Amino acid sequence: MKQLSTKVTSNGHGQDSSYFLGWEEYEKNPYNEIKNPNGIIQMGLAENQLCFDLIETWLAKNPDAAGLKKDGQSIFKELALFQDYHGLPEFKKALAEFMEEIRGNRVSFDPSKIVLAAGSTSANETLMFCLAEPGDAFLLPTPYYPGFDRDLKWRTGAEIVPIHCSSSNGFQITESALQQAYQQAQKLDLKVKGVLVTNPSNPLGTMLTRRELNLLVEFISSKNIHLISDEIYSGTVFGFEQFVSVMDVLKDKNLENNEVSKRVHVVYSLSKDLGLPGFRVGAIYSNDEMVVSAARKMSSFGLVSSQTQYLLSALLSDKNFTSTYLNENQKRLKIRQKQLVSGLEAAGITCLKSNAGLFCWVDMRHLLDTNTFEAELELWKKIVYEVKLNISPGASCHCTEPGWFRVCFANMSEDTLDLAMKRLKEYVESTDSRRVISKSSHERIKSLRKRTVSNWVFRVSWTDRVPDER
Amino acid sequence: MGFPTKNKGAILSRIATNDQHGENSEYFDGWKAYDKDPFHLSRNPHGIIQMGLAENQLCLDLIKDWVKENPKASICTLEGVHQFSDIANFQDYHGLKKFRQAIANFMGKARGGRVTFDPERVVMSGGATGANETIMFCLADPGDVFLIPSPYYAAFDRDLRWRTGVEIIPVPCSSSNNFKLTVEAVDWAYKKAQESNKKVKGLILTNPSNPLGTMLDKDTLTNLVRFVTRKNIHLVVDEIYAATVFAGGDFVSVAEVVNDVDISEVNVDLIHIVYSLSKDMGLPGFRVGIVYSYNDSVVSCARKMSSFGLVSSQTQLMLASMLSDDRFVDNFLMESSRRLGIRHKVFTTGLEKADISCLTSNAGLFAWMDLRHLLRDRNSFESEIELWHIIIDKVKLNVSPGSSFRCTEPGWFRVCFANMDDDTLHVALGRIQDFVSKNNNKIVEQISENDQVIQNNNAKKQNWRQSNLRLSFRRLYEDGLSSPGIMSPHSPLLRA
Repeated sequence: MKQLSTKVTSNGHGQDSSYFLGWEEYEKNPYNEIKNPNGIIQMGLAENQLCFDLIETWLAKNPDAAGLKKDGQSIFKELALFQDYHGLPEFKKALAEFMEEIRGNRVSFDPSKIVLAAGSTSANETLMFCLAEPGDAFLLPTPYYPGFDRDLKWRTGAEIVPIHCSSSNGFQITESALQQAYQQAQKLDLKVKGVLVTNPSNPLGTMLTRRELNLLVEFISSKNIHLISDEIYSGTVFGFEQFVSVMDVLKDKNLENNEVSKRVHVVYSLSKDLGLPGFRVGAIYSNDEMVVSAARKMSSFGLVSSQTQYLLSALLSDKNFTSTYLNENQKRLKIRQKQLVSGLEAAGITCLKSNAGLFCWVDMRHLLDTNTFEAELELWKKIVYEVKLNISPGASCHCTEPGWFRVCFANMSEDTLDLAMKRLKEYVESTDSRRVISKSSHERIKSLRKRTVSNWVFRVSWTDRVPDER
Repeated sequence: MGFPTKNKGAILSRIATNDQHGENSEYFDGWKAYDKDPFHLSRNPHGIIQMGLAENQLCLDLIKDWVKENPKASICTLEGVHQFSDIANFQDYHGLKKFRQAIANFMGKARGGRVTFDPERVVMSGGATGANETIMFCLADPGDVFLIPSPYYAAFDRDLRWRTGVEIIPVPCSSSNNFKLTVEAVDWAYKKAQESNKKVKGLILTNPSNPLGTMLDKDTLTNLVRFVTRKNIHLVVDEIYAATVFAGGDFVSVAEVVNDVDISEVNVDLIHIVYSLSKDMGLPGFRVGIVYSYNDSVVSCARKMSSFGLVSSQTQLMLASMLSDDRFVDNFLMESSRRLGIRHKVFTTGLEKADISCLTSNAGLFAWMDLRHLLRDRNSFESEIELWHIIIDKVKLNVSPGSSFRCTEPGWFRVCFANMDDDTLHVALGRIQDFVSKNNNKIVEQISENDQVIQNNNAKKQNWRQSNLRLSFRRLYEDGLSSPGIMSPHSPLLRA
């Protein structure tokens, strides 16, 4: 009799994916400005490190929250003992209001419908346990966050069937793609229980359009299935357009009291918007009492530390702080994204136009030897080992077209980003002469040639320098 | 299952709609009653006193003082805020290295330094609740079986089975031998399970026991380790109450047995420990659960699964500092043990005055109370539930009936004593006293005619004893316990 469970012996944890292998390589040789300037720069980690100073300043001004005190009295004991899975009421209230603020106060969130979880990792898994039997399927648009393979499927036994999205329309979800995915599931004899989308999207960095959201709501309505909207990046929108949540759409279509609203569930977390992944703060929001009730019981397996709940309830209740923070966060993300986009352009690389998230969806198809995933993997290895950048290959995100990569920009300093872009540019220029030049890339080189003479000099001397830098 | 027909397609999962979460059990009914009418010394002195919650509130002052004196351990204080961004950003499921080292250090000290723990095997989880579920996911597939001695912690039905699909089969222990677990009993349950074609993957037990408050002796634990090795099944020991031992010798951890037993007799790949700071330190709110396995594959898998329930990095930092402070830890463990011992003694002595005995125990935050003599029918669980309702409604105490722990004999109740201050305990004991003395006759009337005469005589004796003892109890209380938690050195209640 085999000793351990199949969960141990299978690779359902998903960690054999290149998404994680790149991390491992980074761990072995991490870049450090002073200690290891030739190390690998981590661009595969969607962290938001841009606004810690704002939180630190707030802490300095709010000693009570910092010192686990309420009105000057220590509440240490109460917090130490507080393990109620309903969560700290003041925290849920503050969280609900924060979620409302992010959505321009156009929709309201009822704190009693919030279930706290240990990060959105746990929130997503818990929703699967509530909505799907082992063997049931959820449809997910590709490309999607690699961690979903673990979070949604590993211990739950649920399946993911992809909704194929393509670059031909900016990877938007179409009705035919939805129907195709549904039929594919049926062919595989899988019962479809719902659709899960991340909005704004990881890895695309784009927001779902109203058209797509309407399409999704109509689809789940007609098929009588669930819709999970993981809105973990809702506070990272930095473009001119507003973030449109699925909740907005339900309101605008007057479906808030319709039974379909009971099948729409929102997942949230403070790991991206506030940059606090270490604190493990996730939330499920559902209009279905049974889901809330079941999810709440399950949250016993991953409650949020009471001292963290308390600290954050104070932080998020301070409306001055939240409005300043959200504004400043957006500003800084916008600047940083622009820096990445320009840096990529200088290397003749474009990305999908985006206005949210902590990353860009970068088009490196022209750098592939062949239009295959093997070529993508080869390119990725070169970028990790030679260019010394850990970025995430599209295959790890289940993209159907080779050559796309997710590159993060908010988890490092400006200088490090500069250096990363320099390295990439150097690499691209060095391989220019070795590549088969397609018409589009020919154009890109033309624009490169329009730059200063020094670039030419640089390119010529580059091939001499490369052996040294290894 | 109650789904509206118009929602035919969009149903929820079986897990979401069954009651395998166990919250419809009586264990939680008492809580619900308490929530509606909670006792407060001044604001609601006639409310229900919560004695169904195994919390340790006796030493939080020590922890609070340490936190105050060590501002660097917090990321929020002036002294510690420089660490804020690194910590807030830290979500590595390996956990902070110094946190794991501190936990390993604390675990070793809680076992008197007789064993050491390897920080590389310390894996985080969402409390012991998360740890127990995780270990099941690692060791068993849906439909597999784990044996578990009963009576056992009521929420195991949820933690071990609900989302994992694992089945648990009790190994019943009885009062005939003071509920001691024997290898013979485990073997018998194992054979029975096999005969029904069940796939037994292991044995899980809590040591010290919840709800019994007793510890396994070294011989039995050693024999259990040998047994699981022979049968090639796992042994999971939940040692969540390890540092709540207040008397009766040292706690023997399975880690000690693994060290001491001959290498040919133990397959360490089968041995796993679950731990938590919720009981030993009284910090259930901070959600610190630990999976500690001697099996490398299990460590690796559990670590990946810990993504579903990591310990908040803010909490990791604080505890890393606190539990590396040897002076604090040594003093804490000693003082905690001392205070628990006193509290236990006061409580059980108080019960004795009401002619209520408890299973002899030397650990845990509760007593296993014998109320069989108060049952209408000693063989019926309905009687137990009747008595329990009387205790909640008339005596106004929430205690936990043995049936909620799957005890096979009616009449036993778990009563917690470490989750309240001295005054509240005094009130609780007073209520028990009053109730027993006033209602002895009423209870007697309910018993069958054959027993009538005997019971009458007993009742008279008890009444007399009660009135005399109540006086002396009160005096005892006033003499020895006027200052909370501090016994006069001359008090006869102090153990030698």
